Amino acid sequence: MSDQPQDEQGAVEAFLSRRHFLKRGWLALGALACLQVLWMGVDILRPRKRRQATMDDDTLVIAGPVDRFAPGSVTAFPSAKFYLTRLDNGGFLALSRTCTHLGCTVPWVDDEQRFACPCHASVFDITGEVLAPPADRALDHYAVRIENGIVKVDMSETLRRRRYKSTQVVMP
Amino acid sequence: MTKPFLIRRFFLLHMRPNHLPGSTLRYTHTWGLGGMAALLVTTLVLTGLLQILTYEPTPDHAYQSIIELEQTTLFGNLVRGIHHWSANLLIAVVLLHLLRVLFTGALTGPRRFNWIIGLGLLIGVLAANFTGYLLPWDQLSYWAVTICTGMLGYIPGIGGWLQTGIRGGAEVGPNTLLLFYSIHTALVPAILVLLMGFHFWRIRKARGVVLPRAIDEVDPVGTERVQTWPDLLLREAVVGMVLLAVVLLLAVVETPELGTPANPGMSPNPAKAPWYFVGFQELQIQFHPVIAVLVIPVLAMLGLGFLPYRRWDSNPEGIWFGSRIGRRTAWVAAATALFTTPLLIVASEWWIQPTKLFPSWPLMLSNGLLPFSLIMAAVTAFFLIIRHRFKGTRDDAIQAVIVLLIVSFIVLTVTALWFRGEGMVLSWPWGNGA
Repeated sequence: MSDQPQDEQGAVEAFLSRRHFLKRGWLALGALACLQVLWMGVDILRPRKRRQATMDDDTLVIAGPVDRFAPGSVTAFPSAKFYLTRLDNGGFLALSRTCTHLGCTVPWVDDEQRFACPCHASVFDITGEVLAPPADRALDHYAVRIENGIVKVDMSETLRRRRYKSTQVVMP
Repeated sequence: MTKPFLIRRFFLLHMRPNHLPGSTLRYTHTWGLGGMAALLVTTLVLTGLLQILTYEPTPDHAYQSIIELEQTTLFGNLVRGIHHWSANLLIAVVLLHLLRVLFTGALTGPRRFNWIIGLGLLIGVLAANFTGYLLPWDQLSYWAVTICTGMLGYIPGIGGWLQTGIRGGAEVGPNTLLLFYSIHTALVPAILVLLMGFHFWRIRKARGVVLPRAIDEVDPVGTERVQTWPDLLLREAVVGMVLLAVVLLLAVVETPELGTPANPGMSPNPAKAPWYFVGFQELQIQFHPVIAVLVIPVLAMLGLGFLPYRRWDSNPEGIWFGSRIGRRTAWVAAATALFTTPLLIVASEWWIQPTKLFPSWPLMLSNGLLPFSLIMAAVTAFFLIIRHRFKGTRDDAIQAVIVLLIVSFIVLTVTALWFRGEGMVLSWPWGNGA
């Protein structure tokens, strides 16, 4: 084909590159369509998350008067899914009962004064601090408010933390 | 022999050639595992269709609907039993099938891509089992799914998003059940059936299953061809009927358990993942979660995926474990794993705890990268020993490492399944002594 006139060869090249361009264009459109389907799939899952959020929204749990909780004690609130712990210094912490490792529910072992996860043997102390891995994060907690000697726990937001700090404790 | 009506009229023969090499019929060549898997999928679809009619995918009614199926429906218990045992056997069968293909070298040339489809099918089977595990909504299923979806949270970056997406919320709840139900009854079966068709077609494109060869032989043994009907189909029918008998027997003798209804407030002690994931749970106890749920599974899957595409020293097709040295080193690897893995588990439980040796280090380092690199170094050393001490080829050494890892994972699974008691502490399965 080398004896083709110069302009025809140019036309062939132009044609090829146009074909090339269109091919790419189709591919891009196809990819876009796939993305759209993927987006649809993800979006179908989203409204459920919103429904969940509004259900748990209005949650200010009234735990009770300060005096009811002895220093160094842990009280479970099964329906609200948290533990109210009172440290030896009299301060309060509301700890999530969900293990930060894989999400098992952590029971308080009163004899040993610690939270022991039944699933993978993580252990937490009374402040929620990790005593034994595999968990590598202290138990989540909730904001505690004390108004007129009544302990209230704000469940609207789960507070994540790496370590226990004394600033997290609320003094009566 | 004239073909019976069923064989003539239906598509059984269309999926097969009319004639095939007689040497491939020997049972110990393929162990009939692929056909067994296909039959189990069929029984699963049939018993699944029956259960769809009574099951209600809501937390309030799921458990109750299963009790009703068991108590009021004629043979309801049997249907559930067959489904349960077929599902569990299916996992065992496809894993064995994978090992058979791997160790008879049936993953070269035109079979390479079929190996990838097979891996897709394996993931599909695991997904089907795992999503089905939640549906009874008893304590066992609720907490197993909580643990397994909790593992996803450790994937850096997208983990949290993935976890809430799959759970349909912060915790396993009604949305999770509905999602798992849809995946279990529609999405996964559709994908499995499509991939199975693809899988079978690729086998025919590769001219049937790999031809067996005697060790040190260049050419396949025995090249006479036999008829698909009756030689192959009758054998398949026998294997299929024995398998069905086993499933029925298991379903009658050992009806699947239904524990107490799911209680989000109380994790059972110990709470374990389903048996096919419990090895990963054991890895979780040994390693930092990122290593256990992300690095190791991803590396394993990538390793399996690239396996057929590597360069082979010699043609492995049709010879169990490739060569004499291959057979010997595979035994060495299995023995090494059987000896060292329990030793390491016991040692890490009582003597060597990296988190206590280096308390000031971050866990990712002391409990993750450090032990993981040590293990990887040991595996590399093992590879070199096979190469030099046992004069293995690269094929032999890679195979030995694979055997080492598989047997180690089996040991991990057995440990977590039977040797971990309350609080996942090491203990004997038959008593309280530690």
